Amino acid sequence: MSDGATGRKGAPVRLDKVSFSYGEGEAPLAFDVAFAAAEITAIMGPSGSGKSTLLNLVAGFETPRSGHVLIGGADVSAARPAARPVSMVFQENNLFAHLSVEQNVGLGRSPSLRLTEADRADIAGALARTGLAGKEKRLPRELSGGERQRVALTRVLVRDRPVLLLDEPFASLGPALRDDMLDLVAAVHAERGMTVLFVTHQPEDARRIAQNVVFLDDGIVAATGKAKDFFAGAGPQAFRRYIGAGAGDAVSRDIARKRT
Amino acid sequence: MGAATLSTASPPPRLADTASRHPRSDPPHKGEGGRRASDHRIAAGIIALAAITLLIGGAFAGLLVEGAHDFSGALAAFDPYLLRVVRFTLWQAALSTLLSVIPALFVARALSRHPRFLGRAFILQLFAVPLALPAIVAALGILALYGRAGYFAGLFSAAGGQGWPGIYGLSGILVAHVFFNLPLSVRLFLEALQTIPADQWRLASQLGMGARPAFRLIEWPTLRAAFPGVAGLVFMLCITSFTIVLTLGGGPAATTLEVGIYQALRFDFDPARAVTLTLLQIALTFVVVLALTRLGVNVVGDTNLPVAPRRYLSVNRTETSLNAALIALALLFVAGPMAATVIAGLGADLGRLAGEATVRQATLTSAVLAFLSALLSVMLSLALTMARRALALNRRAGPSTLLEHATDTGAGFVLVVPPIVVGAGWFLLLRHFGDVFAIAPVMVVTVNAVMAMPFALRAVRPAYDAASERHERLCAQLGISGWARLRLVDWPSLRRPLATAFAFAMALSLGDLGVIALFGSDSVQTLPYLLLARMGSYRTADAAGLALLLGLVCLALVLAADRLGKEMARDV
Repeated sequence: MSDGATGRKGAPVRLDKVSFSYGEGEAPLAFDVAFAAAEITAIMGPSGSGKSTLLNLVAGFETPRSGHVLIGGADVSAARPAARPVSMVFQENNLFAHLSVEQNVGLGRSPSLRLTEADRADIAGALARTGLAGKEKRLPRELSGGERQRVALTRVLVRDRPVLLLDEPFASLGPALRDDMLDLVAAVHAERGMTVLFVTHQPEDARRIAQNVVFLDDGIVAATGKAKDFFAGAGPQAFRRYIGAGAGDAVSRDIARKRT
Repeated sequence: MGAATLSTASPPPRLADTASRHPRSDPPHKGEGGRRASDHRIAAGIIALAAITLLIGGAFAGLLVEGAHDFSGALAAFDPYLLRVVRFTLWQAALSTLLSVIPALFVARALSRHPRFLGRAFILQLFAVPLALPAIVAALGILALYGRAGYFAGLFSAAGGQGWPGIYGLSGILVAHVFFNLPLSVRLFLEALQTIPADQWRLASQLGMGARPAFRLIEWPTLRAAFPGVAGLVFMLCITSFTIVLTLGGGPAATTLEVGIYQALRFDFDPARAVTLTLLQIALTFVVVLALTRLGVNVVGDTNLPVAPRRYLSVNRTETSLNAALIALALLFVAGPMAATVIAGLGADLGRLAGEATVRQATLTSAVLAFLSALLSVMLSLALTMARRALALNRRAGPSTLLEHATDTGAGFVLVVPPIVVGAGWFLLLRHFGDVFAIAPVMVVTVNAVMAMPFALRAVRPAYDAASERHERLCAQLGISGWARLRLVDWPSLRRPLATAFAFAMALSLGDLGVIALFGSDSVQTLPYLLLARMGSYRTADAAGLALLLGLVCLALVLAADRLGKEMARDV
């Protein structure tokens, strides 16, 4: 258990004066923001504000034009995606369609699927943990949309990296299913304490599990703060406009309900 | 599953332990660049392009060396005979195009007016067969039906009042070209008609539009848009057709450039003339392909079977019977030579043929060469596909580079240089270095591989791009690369499209007579070459038997390709 603590403790993530553009003539994006270790931060903002780009920069799918991406204090700007201490769950296509649930999860442990007996035991344990016991041999097409995302989260467990990036992973699920999945994320977070960056369009999602909010607007970080302050109406004007007029009432009512 | 398992209660301890036993949270930076996987793919594409360039470039080198060597001879080849050959090449192609495309318009329309009737799917399937049939097989089928000793000879003689002369020459070439290109055009036009949105048909039937206004306002605009493309494609195919003209054309009066090249090299041995003919052929196809790309035509054609959507229209009885007659005529025309091939083939002494050492040897040679050719074709296609995708991924939004263009549209331009032309170039180059005929297997494999490549690309590329779209980020994220990626990700998703491409490439290569006609000899014979030899020595029954064998094998391959392609579409 000596270095188990490293797996349990999330690493802080920092974008240090990062600038990025998708090409000549495209609007530049500029991020200068820090994400607290071991906490869940919701990244919100209108479409095109750069939420997914921010996650892609942290994951290594995009390379900053200038500035640095720091994870756990180390500069990872030049590292390959697989070499970074992060796991990411996408909105879709998280699984290989021709591989079984077990294999898809196993890829989180070994990218060439060379698994030891101990690995297999861990995978079975993780699948049981996420409620997928008995579905090890299924193919993704034999699962529901919710179950597929659950497999992706199981792989996150098995992979066990200190940072988890969620790019609207539950956007296509119904409300009840989404709540289940959010609870699962919260449970995994409570257990592992990783740093979670959670891109979502749904204020309820953020309210339900996030401690912090980072609000993006037009390619820059427009505001950051505690989630409870944001949803108590203390967020900036642009954020209140984004979640809609009168949302403040709904928010307080919802929070009240959740706390009962 | 269920919410019950989601409680935040204490997790099983071993889960927390996994991190200690597998401290796999890799060090955050490794210092190495991020694009190694794509470099492999780009390198593969560059190797493939280099190989193709070598093949085509070598042919051009041969032509230029020969031309420079005997420049006055090449110039002297511009004689009245050459002009006649060029004129005939264009004339037969133009006539073939008209005779194929115009009737196809009406047959396609008739088929689209009746989206559901018994046998419709069968007719469309049958119309796909000529695509698979080697030209020499079709030529034999046509001779068996309409030739001087054909099944219809008695009928035609009785009708004409004199002996039926057979259909050698222009008439034979036209019949064969229409046999190949009418069904192709019908399928292409039908596909165009089926892009008309169902809502337009609903609207038409609600407004009470009859057949005539529906044709004028709905069908004709679509057909007119598709017309230049289809006609251009057919013209291109007819201008580069070799086997048909060789087997059905009669003497110097009915010779095209491609056959002229063959004769100059194999019979007259007049290299200077061959150079001139070849350069003219290249110029001609280049102009046609350029015009086609201007029109936005896909030069490779299509092998998809169109599916009929539900239509909302009523067709009156007169039109129905007219359409039925039209479809029946087209069906008879296309099915006739196929039936003749089967009947004539069954009439041959198949048992003796199968026992003949030459036939066995040719079959074996054909199988091995076609297998290797298909393998090479698929490998080239895959390499180009991977490189193109990797380049596109690296580039993101910027303009595409020359290399990406080369791996993309460049590959289609190999069609500008017909197999005979490549063969002729190498023939001229290699004759300075020894026995031209010894190199036959290499030429047959490589040239046919490159010629089948545009078709193989069509099967492989969409599947690869779609798989890459789904898997690229996931692989990068999980660190799946190299051999593991090939084994776990690429091979499972590409197995079927690769098999489709392989089967199709093998069928094309198996039936080809272009390259082997130049390089074939008694020591290296393929089935089509042997078939041509038997035809030449008037052993018609033998030829018919071999044609049946060759036709069936090619058909089986293309059906397999089609089937694999369909299963693929279902799986995704």
